[in-house]
Amino acid sequence: MVLLNSRLVRAVAWIVLGLVATACVTVTDPLVSYQISGDEIPNPLTALAGDAARGREVLMSRDGNCLLCHAAPETGARFMGNLGPPLSGVGARLSAGQLRLRIVDSQRLNAGTIMPSYYRTEGLVRVAAAFQGKPVLTAQQVEDTVAYLQTLR
Amino acid sequence: MIDAKQSGLISKRCTWAAILAMFLVAGTAPAAEAQRPRPAKSGIDYASDDVRRLQADDFANPGMLWVAQGEKLWKAPAGNSGKSCASCHGDAEKTMRGVATRYPRVAPVSPQLLNLEGRINRCRVDQQGVAPFPYESENLLGLTSYVAHQSRGLPAAAVVDERNRRHFERGRAIYFRRQGQMNLACTQCHEQNAGKKLLADTISEGHGNAYPIYRLEWQSAGSLHRRLRACYFGVRAEMPAFGSDELLDLELYLVWRAAGLPVETPGVRR
Repeated sequence: MVLLNSRLVRAVAWIVLGLVATACVTVTDPLVSYQISGDEIPNPLTALAGDAARGREVLMSRDGNCLLCHAAPETGARFMGNLGPPLSGVGARLSAGQLRLRIVDSQRLNAGTIMPSYYRTEGLVRVAAAFQGKPVLTAQQVEDTVAYLQTLR
Repeated sequence: MIDAKQSGLISKRCTWAAILAMFLVAGTAPAAEAQRPRPAKSGIDYASDDVRRLQADDFANPGMLWVAQGEKLWKAPAGNSGKSCASCHGDAEKTMRGVATRYPRVAPVSPQLLNLEGRINRCRVDQQGVAPFPYESENLLGLTSYVAHQSRGLPAAAVVDERNRRHFERGRAIYFRRQGQMNLACTQCHEQNAGKKLLADTISEGHGNAYPIYRLEWQSAGSLHRRLRACYFGVRAEMPAFGSDELLDLELYLVWRAAGLPVETPGVRR
Protein backbone atom coordinates (compact mmCIF):
# COMPACT_ATOMS: atom_id res chain seq x y z
CA MET A 1 0.00 0.00 0.00
CA VAL A 2 2.80 2.37 0.94
CA LEU A 3 4.69 1.35 -2.21
CA LEU A 4 1.66 1.98 -4.40
CA ASN A 5 1.13 5.37 -2.81
CA SER A 6 4.69 6.50 -3.37
CA ARG A 7 4.51 5.31 -7.04
CA LEU A 8 1.25 7.19 -7.43
CA VAL A 9 2.76 10.31 -5.90
CA ARG A 10 5.75 10.09 -8.24
CA ALA A 11 3.54 9.61 -11.29
CA VAL A 12 1.39 12.56 -10.33
CA ALA A 13 4.52 14.65 -9.72
CA TRP A 14 5.82 13.85 -13.24
CA ILE A 15 2.48 14.74 -14.81
CA VAL A 16 2.37 18.03 -12.91
CA LEU A 17 5.97 18.80 -13.91
CA GLY A 18 5.14 18.03 -17.54
CA LEU A 19 2.10 20.29 -17.46
CA VAL A 20 4.10 23.13 -15.89
CA ALA A 21 6.84 22.76 -18.51
CA THR A 22 4.28 22.75 -21.34
CA ALA A 23 2.54 25.78 -19.85
CA CYS A 24 5.83 27.72 -19.65
CA VAL A 25 6.67 27.00 -23.29
CA THR A 26 3.21 28.04 -24.40
CA VAL A 27 3.45 31.39 -22.65
CA THR A 28 6.77 32.54 -24.12
CA ASP A 29 7.15 30.81 -27.47
CA PRO A 30 5.15 31.27 -29.55
CA LEU A 31 3.52 34.41 -28.20
CA VAL A 32 -0.17 34.40 -27.38
CA SER A 33 -1.98 35.34 -30.57
CA TYR A 34 -4.27 38.35 -30.57
CA GLN A 35 -6.67 40.21 -32.83
CA ILE A 36 -6.37 43.89 -33.62
CA SER A 37 -9.53 45.84 -34.27
CA GLY A 38 -9.05 49.48 -35.25
CA ASP A 39 -6.51 50.83 -32.80
CA GLU A 40 -7.33 48.25 -30.14
CA ILE A 41 -6.65 44.70 -29.03
CA PRO A 42 -10.15 44.26 -27.58
CA ASN A 43 -9.59 40.89 -25.89
CA PRO A 44 -7.22 40.25 -22.98
CA LEU A 45 -4.12 38.17 -23.79
CA THR A 46 -4.66 35.94 -20.78
CA ALA A 47 -7.53 34.18 -19.07
CA LEU A 48 -6.44 35.53 -15.70
CA ALA A 49 -7.62 39.12 -15.33
CA GLY A 50 -4.99 41.86 -14.98
CA ASP A 51 -4.03 42.86 -11.46
CA ALA A 52 -3.54 46.62 -11.01
CA ALA A 53 -1.23 46.29 -7.99
CA ARG A 54 1.09 43.96 -9.89
CA GLY A 55 0.81 46.27 -12.91
CA ARG A 56 2.13 49.14 -10.81
CA GLU A 57 5.13 46.95 -9.94
CA VAL A 58 5.75 46.17 -13.62
CA LEU A 59 5.52 49.85 -14.49
CA MET A 60 8.01 50.89 -11.82
CA SER A 61 10.42 47.92 -11.97
CA ARG A 62 13.14 47.23 -14.50
CA ASP A 63 10.73 44.83 -16.24
CA GLY A 64 8.59 47.61 -17.65
CA ASN A 65 10.75 50.63 -16.86
CA CYS A 66 7.88 52.84 -18.05
CA LEU A 67 9.00 55.82 -15.95
CA LEU A 68 12.22 56.04 -17.93
CA CYS A 69 10.13 57.85 -20.56
CA HIS A 70 6.71 58.56 -19.00
CA ALA A 71 5.68 60.65 -16.01
CA ALA A 72 3.17 59.13 -13.60
CA PRO A 73 3.21 61.16 -10.37
CA GLU A 74 0.50 58.82 -8.98
CA THR A 75 3.19 56.18 -8.50
CA GLY A 76 5.05 58.38 -6.03
CA ALA A 77 8.28 58.05 -8.01
CA ARG A 78 10.86 60.82 -7.69
CA PHE A 79 12.38 60.66 -11.16
CA MET A 80 10.38 60.36 -14.34
CA GLY A 81 11.20 60.91 -18.00
CA ASN A 82 9.33 62.99 -20.56
CA LEU A 83 10.09 61.31 -23.90
CA GLY A 84 6.59 59.90 -24.02
CA PRO A 85 3.28 61.47 -23.01
CA PRO A 86 2.45 61.65 -19.26
CA LEU A 87 0.40 58.70 -18.01
CA SER A 88 -1.79 60.74 -15.69
CA GLY A 89 -5.38 60.38 -16.83
CA VAL A 90 -4.45 57.81 -19.46
CA GLY A 91 -7.14 55.45 -18.12
CA ALA A 92 -9.75 58.06 -19.00
CA ARG A 93 -8.27 58.88 -22.39
CA LEU A 94 -7.79 55.33 -23.66
CA SER A 95 -9.77 52.10 -23.38
CA ALA A 96 -8.26 48.86 -22.09
CA GLY A 97 -8.02 47.63 -25.69
CA GLN A 98 -6.26 50.79 -26.85
CA LEU A 99 -3.82 50.60 -23.94
CA ARG A 100 -3.18 46.92 -24.71
CA LEU A 101 -2.17 47.58 -28.34
CA ARG A 102 0.00 50.54 -27.33
CA ILE A 103 1.93 48.34 -24.91
CA VAL A 104 2.02 45.23 -27.11
CA ASP A 105 3.16 46.90 -30.33
CA SER A 106 2.84 50.68 -30.62
CA GLN A 107 4.81 50.54 -33.86
CA ARG A 108 1.72 49.11 -35.58
CA LEU A 109 0.05 52.48 -35.04
CA ASN A 110 3.11 54.63 -35.73
CA ALA A 111 6.03 52.91 -37.44
CA GLY A 112 8.48 55.63 -36.41
CA THR A 113 7.55 55.83 -32.74
CA ILE A 114 10.23 55.66 -30.07
CA MET A 115 7.89 53.53 -27.95
CA PRO A 116 9.27 49.96 -27.89
CA SER A 117 6.99 47.00 -28.57
CA TYR A 118 6.67 45.13 -25.28
CA TYR A 119 5.06 41.96 -26.59
CA ARG A 120 6.71 41.20 -29.90
CA THR A 121 9.61 39.09 -31.11
CA GLU A 122 9.37 39.39 -34.91
CA GLY A 123 11.02 41.96 -37.15
CA LEU A 124 13.74 42.91 -34.68
CA VAL A 125 17.42 43.00 -35.60
CA ARG A 126 20.60 42.29 -33.65
CA VAL A 127 18.78 41.42 -30.45
CA ALA A 128 21.23 40.46 -27.66
CA ALA A 129 21.44 36.69 -27.18
CA ALA A 130 19.85 36.81 -23.73
CA PHE A 131 16.66 38.39 -25.15
CA GLN A 132 16.30 36.63 -28.49
CA GLY A 133 12.83 35.24 -29.12
CA LYS A 134 11.53 36.76 -25.88
CA PRO A 135 9.09 39.63 -25.49
CA VAL A 136 10.00 42.41 -23.02
CA LEU A 137 6.94 41.61 -20.91
CA THR A 138 4.94 38.41 -20.45
CA ALA A 139 1.30 38.37 -21.55
CA GLN A 140 0.27 38.49 -17.89
CA GLN A 141 2.51 41.50 -17.22
CA VAL A 142 0.88 43.27 -20.18
CA GLU A 143 -2.57 42.59 -18.69
CA ASP A 144 -1.44 43.72 -15.22
CA THR A 145 -0.05 46.95 -16.67
CA VAL A 146 -3.26 47.60 -18.62
CA ALA A 147 -5.20 47.09 -15.37
CA TYR A 148 -3.01 49.59 -13.52
CA LEU A 149 -3.13 52.21 -16.27
CA GLN A 150 -6.92 52.00 -16.26
CA THR A 151 -6.85 53.21 -12.64
CA LEU A 152 -5.08 56.43 -13.71
CA ARG A 153 -8.13 58.59 -14.30
CA MET B 1 -13.97 85.34 -56.30
CA ILE B 2 -13.59 81.60 -56.78
CA ASP B 3 -16.68 79.70 -57.92
CA ALA B 4 -17.53 76.21 -56.71
CA LYS B 5 -16.15 74.53 -59.83
CA GLN B 6 -12.85 76.37 -59.55
CA SER B 7 -12.59 75.70 -55.85
CA GLY B 8 -13.26 72.01 -56.51
CA LEU B 9 -10.49 72.02 -59.08
CA ILE B 10 -8.18 73.80 -56.69
CA SER B 11 -8.94 71.41 -53.88
CA LYS B 12 -8.30 68.48 -56.28
CA ARG B 13 -5.03 70.07 -57.29
CA CYS B 14 -4.23 70.65 -53.63
CA THR B 15 -4.90 66.99 -52.92
CA TRP B 16 -2.55 65.93 -55.72
CA ALA B 17 0.04 68.45 -54.57
CA ALA B 18 -0.26 67.14 -51.03
CA ILE B 19 0.17 63.55 -52.22
CA LEU B 20 3.16 64.58 -54.33
CA ALA B 21 4.62 66.49 -51.37
CA MET B 22 4.17 63.43 -49.16
CA PHE B 23 6.09 61.30 -51.66
CA LEU B 24 8.79 63.94 -51.89
CA VAL B 25 9.10 64.15 -48.12
CA ALA B 26 9.20 60.36 -47.86
CA GLY B 27 11.77 60.21 -50.67
CA THR B 28 14.04 62.86 -49.22
CA ALA B 29 13.77 61.74 -45.61
CA PRO B 30 17.12 59.84 -45.61
CA ALA B 31 18.93 62.90 -46.99
CA ALA B 32 17.34 65.14 -44.37
CA GLU B 33 18.31 62.67 -41.67
CA ALA B 34 21.92 62.78 -42.79
CA GLN B 35 22.21 66.42 -41.87
CA ARG B 36 24.13 67.44 -38.81
CA PRO B 37 22.46 69.17 -35.88
CA ARG B 38 23.21 72.87 -36.28
CA PRO B 39 24.51 74.40 -34.20
CA ALA B 40 25.87 71.27 -32.52
CA LYS B 41 25.55 71.38 -28.75
CA SER B 42 28.13 69.63 -26.59
CA GLY B 43 27.05 67.17 -23.92
CA ILE B 44 28.51 69.51 -21.30
CA ASP B 45 25.80 72.05 -22.15
CA TYR B 46 23.19 69.48 -21.08
CA ALA B 47 25.06 68.67 -17.85
CA SER B 48 24.25 69.97 -14.38
CA ASP B 49 26.19 72.86 -12.85
CA ASP B 50 28.23 70.65 -10.54
CA VAL B 51 29.36 68.45 -13.45
CA ARG B 52 30.27 71.55 -15.46
CA ARG B 53 32.29 72.94 -12.58
CA LEU B 54 34.09 69.62 -12.15
CA GLN B 55 35.09 69.56 -15.82
CA ALA B 56 36.13 73.20 -15.92
CA ASP B 57 38.55 73.00 -12.99
CA ASP B 58 41.74 71.09 -13.92
CA PHE B 59 42.57 70.57 -10.25
CA ALA B 60 39.17 69.00 -9.52
CA ASN B 61 38.60 67.21 -12.85
CA PRO B 62 39.29 63.49 -12.11
CA GLY B 63 40.07 62.92 -15.82
CA MET B 64 43.28 64.91 -15.31
CA LEU B 65 44.67 61.90 -13.40
CA TRP B 66 44.59 59.93 -16.66
CA VAL B 67 46.12 62.84 -18.56
CA ALA B 68 48.98 62.91 -16.02
CA GLN B 69 49.43 59.15 -16.36
CA GLY B 70 49.55 59.58 -20.14
CA GLU B 71 52.22 62.25 -19.86
CA LYS B 72 54.44 59.81 -17.94
CA LEU B 73 53.89 57.12 -20.56
CA TRP B 74 54.66 59.58 -23.36
CA LYS B 75 58.17 59.99 -21.97
CA ALA B 76 58.76 56.37 -20.88
CA PRO B 77 60.90 54.16 -23.16
CA ALA B 78 59.21 50.87 -24.06
CA GLY B 79 60.44 47.50 -25.31
CA ASN B 80 63.75 46.57 -26.89
CA SER B 81 63.68 49.65 -29.09
CA GLY B 82 64.12 51.78 -25.97
CA LYS B 83 62.03 54.41 -27.75
CA SER B 84 59.39 56.52 -26.06
CA CYS B 85 56.65 58.44 -27.86
CA ALA B 86 58.76 61.54 -27.21
CA SER B 87 61.77 60.00 -29.02
CA CYS B 88 59.96 60.46 -32.34
CA HIS B 89 57.25 63.02 -31.56
CA GLY B 90 59.11 65.33 -29.17
CA ASP B 91 57.08 67.73 -27.08
CA ALA B 92 53.46 66.60 -27.27
CA GLU B 93 52.21 70.07 -26.36
CA LYS B 94 53.53 71.24 -29.70
CA THR B 95 53.48 68.17 -31.97
CA MET B 96 50.15 66.71 -30.85
CA ARG B 97 48.23 69.98 -30.95
CA GLY B 98 45.23 69.46 -33.25
CA VAL B 99 45.99 65.78 -33.96
CA ALA B 100 42.96 64.38 -32.11
CA THR B 101 40.61 66.61 -34.13
CA ARG B 102 41.42 64.56 -37.26
CA TYR B 103 40.61 61.11 -35.86
CA PRO B 104 39.31 58.58 -36.64
CA ARG B 105 41.02 58.56 -40.03
CA VAL B 106 42.58 56.30 -42.59
CA ALA B 107 46.13 57.30 -41.71
CA PRO B 108 49.04 57.01 -44.18
CA VAL B 109 50.51 54.22 -42.01
CA SER B 110 47.58 51.90 -42.56
CA PRO B 111 44.74 51.17 -44.97
CA GLN B 112 42.50 50.67 -41.94
CA LEU B 113 40.36 53.24 -40.23
CA LEU B 114 42.12 54.07 -36.96
CA ASN B 115 40.90 56.07 -34.01
CA LEU B 116 43.32 57.68 -31.58
CA GLU B 117 43.55 54.49 -29.52
CA GLY B 118 44.27 52.46 -32.66
CA ARG B 119 46.88 54.96 -33.85
CA ILE B 120 48.69 54.89 -30.50
CA ASN B 121 48.75 51.09 -30.54
CA ARG B 122 50.02 51.10 -34.12
CA CYS B 123 53.01 53.14 -32.93
CA ARG B 124 53.59 50.73 -30.07
CA VAL B 125 53.70 47.73 -32.38
CA ASP B 126 55.49 49.27 -35.39
CA GLN B 127 57.84 51.75 -33.72
CA GLN B 128 58.40 50.57 -30.17
CA GLY B 129 58.15 46.85 -30.90
CA VAL B 130 55.86 46.10 -27.97
CA ALA B 131 52.41 44.61 -27.58
CA PRO B 132 49.44 46.94 -28.04
CA PHE B 133 47.74 48.17 -24.89
CA PRO B 134 44.42 46.38 -24.33
CA TYR B 135 41.38 48.52 -25.07
CA GLU B 136 40.10 50.24 -21.93
CA SER B 137 43.34 49.59 -19.99
CA GLU B 138 44.48 52.41 -17.73
CA ASN B 139 47.54 52.89 -19.96
CA LEU B 140 45.60 53.24 -23.20
CA LEU B 141 43.04 55.53 -21.57
CA GLY B 142 45.91 57.58 -20.12
CA LEU B 143 47.88 57.99 -23.31
CA THR B 144 44.73 58.67 -25.35
CA SER B 145 43.59 61.26 -22.80
CA TYR B 146 47.01 62.93 -22.88
CA VAL B 147 47.15 63.13 -26.69
CA ALA B 148 43.51 64.27 -27.03
CA HIS B 149 44.03 66.82 -24.26
CA GLN B 150 46.61 68.60 -26.45
CA SER B 151 43.74 69.52 -28.79
CA ARG B 152 41.48 70.92 -26.09
CA GLY B 153 39.55 73.90 -27.42
CA LEU B 154 40.17 73.06 -31.08
CA PRO B 155 37.16 72.15 -33.26
CA ALA B 156 36.58 68.57 -34.42
CA ALA B 157 37.62 68.46 -38.06
CA ALA B 158 37.30 64.93 -39.45
CA VAL B 159 36.95 64.97 -43.24
CA VAL B 160 34.95 62.51 -45.30
CA ASP B 161 36.91 61.65 -48.43
CA GLU B 162 37.46 58.80 -50.84
CA ARG B 163 39.65 56.93 -48.37
CA ASN B 164 37.11 56.76 -45.57
CA ARG B 165 33.77 57.21 -47.34
CA ARG B 166 32.69 53.57 -47.06
CA HIS B 167 33.38 53.69 -43.31
CA PHE B 168 31.40 56.90 -43.05
CA GLU B 169 28.43 55.47 -44.96
CA ARG B 170 28.42 52.37 -42.79
CA GLY B 171 28.63 54.50 -39.65
CA ARG B 172 25.70 56.58 -40.83
CA ALA B 173 23.65 53.45 -41.57
CA ILE B 174 24.34 52.20 -38.04
CA TYR B 175 23.25 55.55 -36.61
CA PHE B 176 19.82 55.24 -38.25
CA ARG B 177 19.37 51.49 -37.74
CA ARG B 178 16.76 50.39 -35.22
CA GLN B 179 18.13 47.48 -33.24
CA GLY B 180 17.86 45.33 -30.15
CA GLN B 181 14.84 44.14 -28.24
CA MET B 182 13.95 47.81 -27.64
CA ASN B 183 14.18 48.41 -31.40
CA LEU B 184 15.76 51.86 -31.12
CA ALA B 185 18.19 53.78 -33.33
CA CYS B 186 20.74 56.36 -32.13
CA THR B 187 18.84 59.08 -33.99
CA GLN B 188 15.61 58.49 -32.07
CA CYS B 189 17.10 59.60 -28.76
CA HIS B 190 20.05 61.78 -29.70
CA GLU B 191 18.48 63.78 -32.55
CA GLN B 192 14.72 63.52 -32.22
CA ASN B 193 14.65 63.76 -28.43
CA ALA B 194 17.85 65.55 -27.36
CA GLY B 195 17.16 67.77 -24.35
CA LYS B 196 14.37 65.57 -23.01
CA LYS B 197 14.53 63.57 -19.79
CA LEU B 198 15.27 59.85 -19.61
CA LEU B 199 14.40 59.27 -15.96
CA ALA B 200 16.74 61.76 -14.24
CA ASP B 201 19.17 62.18 -17.16
CA THR B 202 18.95 64.75 -19.92
CA ILE B 203 19.51 63.17 -23.32
CA SER B 204 22.37 64.87 -25.14
CA GLU B 205 23.02 65.09 -28.87
CA GLY B 206 25.49 62.24 -28.40
CA HIS B 207 28.73 63.90 -29.51
CA GLY B 208 32.11 62.33 -28.76
CA ASN B 209 34.10 65.57 -28.42
CA ALA B 210 35.07 65.11 -24.76
CA TYR B 211 36.42 61.53 -24.82
CA PRO B 212 37.99 59.80 -23.01
CA ILE B 213 35.65 61.10 -20.32
CA TYR B 214 35.48 60.64 -16.57
CA ARG B 215 31.97 59.33 -15.95
CA LEU B 216 30.62 59.57 -12.42
CA GLU B 217 28.53 56.45 -13.00
CA TRP B 218 31.72 54.51 -13.86
CA GLN B 219 33.88 56.13 -11.16
CA SER B 220 36.55 55.97 -13.85
CA ALA B 221 37.71 57.32 -17.17
CA GLY B 222 36.34 55.47 -20.19
CA SER B 223 36.50 55.49 -23.97
CA LEU B 224 33.82 56.47 -26.46
CA HIS B 225 33.50 52.79 -27.34
CA ARG B 226 32.66 51.98 -23.73
CA ARG B 227 29.94 54.62 -23.81
CA LEU B 228 28.58 53.38 -27.15
CA ARG B 229 28.48 49.83 -25.83
CA ALA B 230 26.43 51.10 -22.88
CA CYS B 231 23.78 52.32 -25.34
CA TYR B 232 23.81 48.95 -27.17
CA PHE B 233 23.34 47.29 -23.78
CA GLY B 234 20.48 49.65 -22.96
CA VAL B 235 18.54 48.84 -26.11
CA ARG B 236 19.34 45.14 -25.54
CA ALA B 237 21.30 44.76 -28.78
CA GLU B 238 24.34 42.60 -29.49
CA MET B 239 27.35 44.58 -28.29
CA PRO B 240 30.19 45.03 -30.80
CA ALA B 241 33.71 44.54 -29.40
CA PHE B 242 35.90 47.46 -28.31
CA GLY B 243 37.80 48.73 -31.35
CA SER B 244 35.56 46.76 -33.76
CA ASP B 245 34.92 47.98 -37.29
CA GLU B 246 31.31 48.71 -36.34
CA LEU B 247 32.23 51.06 -33.48
CA LEU B 248 35.02 52.71 -35.50
CA ASP B 249 32.65 53.41 -38.39
CA LEU B 250 30.08 54.81 -35.99
CA GLU B 251 32.78 56.91 -34.31
CA LEU B 252 33.70 58.44 -37.68
CA TYR B 253 30.07 59.33 -38.34
CA LEU B 254 29.77 60.86 -34.86
CA VAL B 255 32.89 62.98 -35.33
CA TRP B 256 31.50 64.24 -38.64
CA ARG B 257 28.22 65.11 -36.86
CA ALA B 258 30.16 66.98 -34.18
CA ALA B 259 32.14 69.08 -36.68
CA GLY B 260 33.03 72.41 -35.13
CA LEU B 261 32.55 71.37 -31.51
CA PRO B 262 35.71 71.95 -29.48
CA VAL B 263 37.60 69.01 -28.01
CA GLU B 264 37.03 68.95 -24.22
CA THR B 265 39.22 66.03 -23.16
CA PRO B 266 39.15 65.15 -20.36
CA GLY B 267 35.38 65.61 -20.23
CA VAL B 268 33.27 64.87 -17.16
CA ARG B 269 29.79 63.41 -17.42
CA ARG B 270 27.20 61.94 -15.10
